[in-house]
Amino acid sequence: MSHEPGRLAIWLGLADGPLTQAKTVRFGDASAIRSGRIWSILIVVVLVGLWAIASRHGWIPAFYWPPIGATWDRLVRLATEGFRNVPLWEHVGISVFRVLSGVFFGALIGIPLGFAMGLSSVARGLFDPVVEFMRPIPPLALIPLIILWFGIGEVAKIVLLFLAALFIMTLAARAGVSGVAITKVHAAYSLGASRMQILRHVILPNALPEIFTGLRTSMGVCWSTVVAAELVAADRGLGSMIMIAKNFLQTDTVVIGIVLIGLIGYGIELLMRWTERRLVPWKTGA
Amino acid sequence: MVYTLPGGGSVRALEHVALDIPEGQMVAILGPSGCGKTTLLNIVAGFLKPTSGAVVVGGRRVTGPGAERGMVFQQGALFEWMSVAENVGFGPRMAGRARREADALVAELLRRVGLGGFADTPVYRLSGGMQQRVALARCLANDPGVILMDEPLGALDALTRERMQGLVLRLWKETGKTIVLITHSVEEALFLGERLIVMAPRPGRVIRDMALPFAEMALRTEARTVKASADFVQVREEVLSMIWSMEEEIMGGAQDVT
Ligand SMILES: Nc1ncnc2c1ncn2[C@@H]1O[C@H](COP(=O)(O)OP(=O)(O)O)[C@@H](O)[C@H]1O
Ligand SMILES: [Mg+2]
Repeated sequence: MSHEPGRLAIWLGLADGPLTQAKTVRFGDASAIRSGRIWSILIVVVLVGLWAIASRHGWIPAFYWPPIGATWDRLVRLATEGFRNVPLWEHVGISVFRVLSGVFFGALIGIPLGFAMGLSSVARGLFDPVVEFMRPIPPLALIPLIILWFGIGEVAKIVLLFLAALFIMTLAARAGVSGVAITKVHAAYSLGASRMQILRHVILPNALPEIFTGLRTSMGVCWSTVVAAELVAADRGLGSMIMIAKNFLQTDTVVIGIVLIGLIGYGIELLMRWTERRLVPWKTGA
Repeated sequence: MVYTLPGGGSVRALEHVALDIPEGQMVAILGPSGCGKTTLLNIVAGFLKPTSGAVVVGGRRVTGPGAERGMVFQQGALFEWMSVAENVGFGPRMAGRARREADALVAELLRRVGLGGFADTPVYRLSGGMQQRVALARCLANDPGVILMDEPLGALDALTRERMQGLVLRLWKETGKTIVLITHSVEEALFLGERLIVMAPRPGRVIRDMALPFAEMALRTEARTVKASADFVQVREEVLSMIWSMEEEIMGGAQDVT
């Protein structure tokens, strides 16, 4: 108690913070264990270090795993000259654009559809079998049909991602509507609100947290789907980049592509969490 | 009122309840849990259609919820995505009242419930007692003829609860509204009600309907003095033993087992 541990030490998990200090029961209380960040940093440093050492001594053939120096050079070249005459940022950009379009249209149709299903018995009856049937089908299983219908162009990819997002968004919006506390709806009616006003001022904001969860899930699913779809048929996009690089045995480009896919997926998740905290503070406790 | 259960059975939640409440009266409804208090209030509010019988408010038969009958719920009825002022101004805004007029009304009501400095605070940041103040102000903003309260102070701690009782009493006197207040606290019912209705379960019915002097008294004297007065204590014991005997009747079977 005499000397305060520094904030850095707490963040790293080297010392107990004000929340964990006084607790004697640790095992079984997840909130009482330290962050352990020091270990996260250590493992990254060790892995990169091992990579560097292995590269220097030529322990692994470049065909299986590229040397660290060559990979860095390749990244610089991809960033400046591009891959097969397409700049790296364009590969990244087109993949992100496809995901955003798919999620956008999925939300545009899915949210009203989910609301209708939560509010009207006709809509529920009509769409319930469709939605419940489509839900367990992985979007990738739709690729052959989509290629038959729409070819392999840009439209086909966005339709695929739209379908991937659509059912997630519909179910999220429907859950949001069903989740509204009946006392809030009753209170609004007693305050003289009309049905449309209740929809706009009570049901919609109340469903926002669920809609956000849906958006986050859609983003994640669409990001995996776009990469897989690009592996199958595309000449641009991160997925196609790593698939084509494989044909040229460019393992370094493949590795760079995979790391970028991971980083962007993580970035999307962080961005969605940040937006969620801003827009639905009453649920996230900001 | 008879509820039909999904399994096929039914619950007689209310039977032969006939009440005539004059304008401006503060009625406290008391009874053990499960005796149909909430059911009764929901029927008056228009959220439930009674199996038989009717509710008439101000000469008009109730067929659904309406702005002339305000509701104050126990908790969870505020709109978390709105600030305190937006919650209070909800009724006037939905009715399309002029912005400036509504703003002035909201400011005045917030002052009256003691939330003058909290207009822009999000409601989810308020304590339970403050949230109920918002709920009261939001209800008053609509200027309803009748205010229905379902255990409005039930979720508050004992100290906050006593302070809020004073506020409810003051608002009632200042506005002259007809108030129907449900509570399971005998003390609260005696303190706030001009009239006390005691209900019994299975089937839910009124077993006692009496006038009370304490609300009037409390407007002139200190709350603690009223609650400590010999009269108050005597009536409280009387009503408590009535409720106790009912509870015993309900629990009788269960207690034999343990
Ligand atoms: N929706 C419902 N369906 C079936 N039974 C109900 C329903 N609501 C209440 N009841 C029953 O009706 C009785 C009265 O309930 P309620 O009005 O909530 O009592 P109180 O508010 O006095 O505790 C209880 O026995 C309860 O179990
Ligand atoms: Mg109740």
